[in-house]
Amino acid sequence: MATSSTPPFLASDQSLSPTPSTIDVRGIVRRHGAVLAVDQVSFQVRRGEFFSLLGPSGAGKTSVLRMLAGFEDPDEGDLLIDGRSMLGVPPNRRPVNLVFQSYALFPHLTVFDNVAFGLKMRRVASTLIEAQVRQALTMVKLFGKEARRPAQLSGGEQQRVALARALVNKPAVVLLDEPLAALDQQLRQAMQVELKSIQQQAGLTCVCVTHHQEEAMMMSDRIAVMHQGRMWQVGSPREVYERPCNLFVSRFLGVSNELPGRIGAPIGEDRLFQPIDADQPPLTVRTLTSEQAGRPATLSLRPEQLRMARERPATSGPVLSGRIEKVLFAGSDTKYLVRVGPERVWETRMTSDASLPSFAAGDPVFLHWSLPDGRLFFE
Amino acid sequence: MRRGWAGLSVVSILVMVFLYGPILVLVLYSFNAAHLSMAWRGTTLKWYAALLHDDALLAATANSLLIALVSTFGAMCLGGLLALGMEQMPHRRQRMIEGGLVLPLVIPEVMMGVALMLFFVMLKLPLGILTVMLGHIVFNVPLVTIMIRTRLRKLDPALREAAADLGADSWQVFRYVTLPLLRPAIWGAVLVAFTVSLDDFLVTFFTAGPGATTLPLKVYSMIKSGVTPEINALSALLLLISMACVALSLHVQRREV
Amino acid sequence: MPDHDRASSQAPGRSSCRSCWLAAPGLLWMGLFFLAPLGLVFAISFASRGTYGGIVWEFTAANYLDLLHPLYGKILGQSLWYASLTTAICFVLGFPLAYVIARSPARWQPVLLLLVMLPFWTNFLVRTYAWMILLRQDGLANRFLMGLGVVDAPLELLYTPTAVVIGLVYSYLPFMVLPLYVAVERLDPLLVEAAWDLYASRWSVFTRVVVPLTMPGIVGGCVLVFIPSIGAFITPDLLGGARSMMIGNLIQHEYLVVRDWPLGSAVSFVLMAIVMAAVVLYYRHADRTAEALEGR
Repeated sequence: MATSSTPPFLASDQSLSPTPSTIDVRGIVRRHGAVLAVDQVSFQVRRGEFFSLLGPSGAGKTSVLRMLAGFEDPDEGDLLIDGRSMLGVPPNRRPVNLVFQSYALFPHLTVFDNVAFGLKMRRVASTLIEAQVRQALTMVKLFGKEARRPAQLSGGEQQRVALARALVNKPAVVLLDEPLAALDQQLRQAMQVELKSIQQQAGLTCVCVTHHQEEAMMMSDRIAVMHQGRMWQVGSPREVYERPCNLFVSRFLGVSNELPGRIGAPIGEDRLFQPIDADQPPLTVRTLTSEQAGRPATLSLRPEQLRMARERPATSGPVLSGRIEKVLFAGSDTKYLVRVGPERVWETRMTSDASLPSFAAGDPVFLHWSLPDGRLFFE
Repeated sequence: MRRGWAGLSVVSILVMVFLYGPILVLVLYSFNAAHLSMAWRGTTLKWYAALLHDDALLAATANSLLIALVSTFGAMCLGGLLALGMEQMPHRRQRMIEGGLVLPLVIPEVMMGVALMLFFVMLKLPLGILTVMLGHIVFNVPLVTIMIRTRLRKLDPALREAAADLGADSWQVFRYVTLPLLRPAIWGAVLVAFTVSLDDFLVTFFTAGPGATTLPLKVYSMIKSGVTPEINALSALLLLISMACVALSLHVQRREV
Repeated sequence: MPDHDRASSQAPGRSSCRSCWLAAPGLLWMGLFFLAPLGLVFAISFASRGTYGGIVWEFTAANYLDLLHPLYGKILGQSLWYASLTTAICFVLGFPLAYVIARSPARWQPVLLLLVMLPFWTNFLVRTYAWMILLRQDGLANRFLMGLGVVDAPLELLYTPTAVVIGLVYSYLPFMVLPLYVAVERLDPLLVEAAWDLYASRWSVFTRVVVPLTMPGIVGGCVLVFIPSIGAFITPDLLGGARSMMIGNLIQHEYLVVRDWPLGSAVSFVLMAIVMAAVVLYYRHADRTAEALEGR
């Protein structure tokens, strides 16, 4: 069977390598009644890669995961794992293992028997089972707790059992369904680091579903942003964060300070941009394409791309004037909400450093940024 | 409502006395040496001893146990499979069957008794132990099905998906995951079905015919022919057995694996 | 792109239901030994009685018309009256108990509920027999009353309508307590305190807050008590006299003593109609409650 890698339909995924993909999803469609849960989704996952499907609830990411696991079948399209089509292959014959959101640990079995379950189903010799289960439990730091029941474990420990139960089978792909959602904040952060290191250590290929953008960015090699059944952008965390392909992706991955307006006349290689708020002067923007003058667009900037000053900065770059509305001290950072228009408040952040100039609510300020940082989105 | 609490508590205690008083009196009087009067004439176990020498009573007990065993087994098979089979059906059909299963539990037992009797007579089946067993299975199947279904619905569907994901085929999923998780409900249902069959009077009364006598039928005829201390002793024993079955059933079901 | 066999891969197991056949034996059994006998009774209720008992298959509504006779009417009315009275008494006794249990410390609640339910799981005949001992002429009840000097001579307690109602209340009280408990347990105690705070008297707190909010439990409990009460046989048979006969006894009498099967069948179906009416009432109320809650 040919493992021709069809080019992904989104241009932003520029990091394709010629190595064969472990997962190759080709234009899958899934309908729940009249609703299109998954609409023409294609992507590839390379061996050893941590790939996240990120999106709000109802985006269709869980459907994609369930189709990979075999609990649902696509209505259209194809789905290959290690070059083999998985259409019609039941879950128990697929080389993938799923870590369930609720962990789904068997309450009637011990930790050992939970982890050994997959091996026993495949009738692996019991001496081998013993060794492999021990190895898996050591990897997730649960060695010595084999005889416990799931109910006797903490949430974090249950999560580790679920992970060990999947990776002991040495699956081609480990599927993770909101793996850390059931843990509290602190445990969650510790497990993010640990999960990532286990994945790297064991060379696992992972597909992870999450709605938590920070988690996705910290753990993933690549992220696919999904919304309303469609895959909007695939790329490295930095790519999707810094160069979101549309306003939805921009807003979903972090704070997006926005300014709607129209494209104006050219200035050298750059263009003028007239905000719709009348009291703001035109700004310079950089566009990659030559847009017609008068075309409506929205300028977007991340909080950390903004710099704040009391005096109008002596720069030829874009500057926006405003007034500090709120100062929110958040420990290492301080958040400033700056009103830049009658209905427009931007957010910026500064390190809480006593040696830096401090600002107070009510202060008039200027926000400026380097020209290439400003991203323009067209309707 | 704290002010009304005392009043409510007093009523509650009286209701509890009302519920347990008659049973306790009955047990107490099974140890009374007096033959006919309610006056206390000292403690004795002779009424219990007398039961042991009543051959008809022992035969009835044997019949009751046999009927309870067979009808429990039959109902477990039919009802258990029914509960499992219903799972995959469309929801509307499930609700229809559920509604139908409530019917045997709500219609008056007299009616079920006469209907079965007529049916057996029309089929020219001689009334006896066999017909009683057939009848007991009819009221036990809904009990078993409902109890097992309740448990099935409480199971996290992800558990069975997890088993399939880990390589179990549908038989292995049932054998290694569903069945062990159902075990408490299964034993609970066994005990309930057994108790209900052992205690049943009406369906047995109509379907037993003249030949087969069960424990409740025997108690009934003894009561009808007059109050005697032996009945007190027998009643006390029956109370003990029922309560033991219930306690066991609750214990088994509480063990939520 | 490799070509895949679409037809075979589409929705495996979704349209066909491989495990559904497991339900077949049980359904068949219930059809054969439950629905068929009921249908038979229904058919016979429209047949005629032969000269020496037995059945003559001639369609007639005469059996139902016979039931209009005052003798049967009296038994029917009596049964409805006993069952209603039983339901009312069970409510009056059961509500305080359910309330107290639902507001007890959480770890006591299962134990108290078990105590309420335990007598129900004991042999019905034995429980009824216990009341025969208590209510006899020389039974404890009479001794107690005479000891207190309330009465001079023993009262006629056994084989009276009073004994029947006492027996029914005793037998079915747990059915009232359980649904009431569930309803009260769900009732937020703060609502009662809020009403209290808003100048409601204890009685209006009960009638205007507690009763409306526990209505599903009240209807459930009443239906659960009424249904077995109206169809009772053992209780009136053992505790009642010839004058306190209920429908259940009439059915048994027609079948086994008079051997008028068609008439007995007709009586059975009247009883079943009453029971079904109660069930429908219950489900319609449950549906309306669900609708009201969803509508909010």
